[in-house]
This record gives sequence, C-alpha cells and structure tokens, in this order.
Amino acid sequence: MSMIPTPSQTVGPFFHFGLTDHHSVGRIADAQAQGERVQLTCRVFDGEGIPLDDAILEIWQANAEGKYNHPEDRQQKPIEPSFYGYGRMATGDDGACEFQTIKPGRVPGPGNTLQAPHLNLAVFARGMLKQLYTRIYFFGDAANQEDPILAMVPAERRVTLIGQPDVAHPGTWSFDIHLSGQQETVFFDV
Amino acid sequence: MGKATDDRLSITPYHRHEPGSQPSSLYEPYRSTVRRAPSKPLIFLPHTLSEVTGPVHGQDDIAETDNDLTRQHAAEPQGERIIVTGRVLDSNGRRVPHALIEIWQANSAGRYVHIKDQHPAPLDPNFTGSGRTLTDENGGYRFVTIKPGAYPWLNHYNAWRPAHIHFSIFGRAFITRLVTQMYFPGDPLFAFDPIFQSVPDEKARERMISKFDLETTQPQWALGYRFDIVLRGPEATPFEASR
Repeated sequence: MSMIPTPSQTVGPFFHFGLTDHHSVGRIADAQAQGERVQLTCRVFDGEGIPLDDAILEIWQANAEGKYNHPEDRQQKPIEPSFYGYGRMATGDDGACEFQTIKPGRVPGPGNTLQAPHLNLAVFARGMLKQLYTRIYFFGDAANQEDPILAMVPAERRVTLIGQPDVAHPGTWSFDIHLSGQQETVFFDV
Repeated sequence: MGKATDDRLSITPYHRHEPGSQPSSLYEPYRSTVRRAPSKPLIFLPHTLSEVTGPVHGQDDIAETDNDLTRQHAAEPQGERIIVTGRVLDSNGRRVPHALIEIWQANSAGRYVHIKDQHPAPLDPNFTGSGRTLTDENGGYRFVTIKPGAYPWLNHYNAWRPAHIHFSIFGRAFITRLVTQMYFPGDPLFAFDPIFQSVPDEKARERMISKFDLETTQPQWALGYRFDIVLRGPEATPFEASR
C-alpha cells in the first residue's frame, strides 16, 4: 500500500442537518421492486442498555435476485430500476429507526459458497471514532445453516446477527444493536 | 481466486488498515467512547460481493448551490470566506471519480445549526453549514464556504474542538465508506483534542490537516486550502493505465 488512508473521525452529535434531515433514505425498495416486503425497525443501545438518540444506520443490500446494483457485481442477473439497495436513517429518542425494503436474495460467498440473505449494516454515532459493521440475517431462513460468514461466528453469538420477525404482523422485523455489554452484537473486522 | 469456476464471481479484496493508522473504537480520553465501543474482538470478515460493492451516485444527487455554502441564503454569511478543494484517491494512488462528498460544519462563531448545540455564540441567518458534491473524472472536488470557529464541549474541563469541517465520503465500496474531519494547519488545539489525538500514527493524523495553498487562493476574494482524501484501495488493481 503506497498511501496511508485518511483516518476516520466521529460523526459527532450535530450531523443531522448535513446527512439525515434532507438526505435520509428509509425506503430502500420501491413498491414496484420484486421480493418479500420487509418493514424493519432497528434499535441501537450502548453498553448500559441506554438507547442512542444520535446514531446513523446505513444499509446496503442486494435485490431479491441476489444482485447488487454496482459494476463490481458481474453476475448475469437483472438490475431493477426501482431498486437501489441503499438506506440511511438517524435514530430517534427511543434509539430506533425504520426501513422499508425487501428480503434480498442469496449472493456468492467465498469459494463456491452462497451466502444466506442478509443486509449489510454500518453504525455511526457520537462517541464512535469509526463506524462498526454488522449484518442482519433473517430468522427462520434455512440458508442460515450453511452461511459461510455465520459459520465464522461463535455459535453462542450468532443470535446477535439474526433479525426477528413479529409473528403478529407478517413482514415486520426488528433488529437490536448493542454496541457493548452482555448482549453485544457481533461486529466485523472488514 | 482458487475455486471460483466463473470469472464473473471473482472478488478483488481491499487492503486492510495498517495498525495505528485508524483510531480504535475505545479511546478513553474521549469519554463517550467508553460505553459505545465493543468489548469483544471483531470477527475477521473475508471480503465478498457484499463488502466490495456499495451505493453508486450521480449528478442527480446534487443541486446547484450544494457546493457553495456562501450562496444558500439571501445574503452572504459572516466570516472568512475559504475555498476547500482536493482529490479523492485510493491508497494505490488512483483517483476516485463520482464519489459523493457531504460536509457539515459550525459557523464562523463556532455554532452549529442544530437544536442540541447550546454554545452561546450567535447563529448566522445566512449560513446553514452543509454541502454536497460529486468528485469529477479526476477525483477532484471543490467547496466554497467560510472558516468554522472553534467551539467548547463537555468532554473535560476547558475542552475545545479545533476548527474542523466534517466530511462524509462514499467510495466504490461499502467498506470504503469514510466519515472524517478536516482540520486547519497549525491549530494550537490539536495537542489538547482527544478526537484528533485518537489516531495513534502521526503521519495518519497529518492526513486530516488541510494545507494552505496559494494557488487555490483567489486574489481579493478567498483563501484556499487543499485537502486530499485517501480511501482504502483494492489489493490488485485492474490492468489499466492509472492516469
């Protein structure tokens, strides 16, 4: 590597007017996009279980066919004009924010593997000097059993990466992020 | 690589950060990190399509006065007008075109347009302090703004942030996403600021300091600062002329 990358610095407490007041994206998939509808509520907590009211969550995901809308994805699968794949929301006083999307398809993993459907998530906040990366998998998906990334995570911590369905409200999901502490979410070294 | 039977499925991974070149999540002098940093080790993630792709931006994302923070209101803001310009490069030295850059900052008195900023300094009705732009074919970008003031915070007794402009950059991949702060050369507050000091490597810290540039400076109008931003680059670059 010839040049040192610019270091990360915290997003700070005052990002809203620059990033999310006018440029938040809660709707990742339009109504026309193919796939199973997902109404997702994410919540962020600190090491003492206190909700963060000043975090930003960014999501990046494939479409229902398992295709990313990006030139590096050279799979011969269709890109949908109505599906962009990116979302960004600030958390509110309750530490929560919501996204409307679809469940992504399976995308290739290391070697000849296929990954289970997942959303890629980055967390930014005051008090975080750099973003943390995690993933949201879908509870009950049979492919989770053979996902090559989940297999790298200690079995007892995998549950922190699984989004939970609200059985009373089909299509409604939740995912809690614990930055630290007993229920600490698995974060990835990317 | 290896078993991939289909070239279309091969992935070029990105360089990993060198130790000390980025802050750790936990840096106790910056008190808010204590409850917001993971206590367990991160899990090493091999780069897959999920990591090396990311949102792509275009001119549709940008409005006309987005890169001139002095022209977003009826009149000009108070303060020292400046030009901030530079290039977005990857760590292989290659330009990064079409990168979305978003900035936000305090006004010249050190006050943010934010309901939670209680610093008793005046707001400026002619300054919001947010901007966006897209890098050009050469990775270049340019903003016109005013120099932000330093401001106090509550991290420790008599704590002041050095003047800075927040930068958010989307590179080619979700893992090249960068949020950082641009500082001004020679700021006496560097030595006392735990956010700036959280980066262990001195050369890496210097990346965050813009350089005064006489060539960028426009006579009778505005001082110029250069700020080049370096994102992580891929391990093996495609076989093409760099420039």
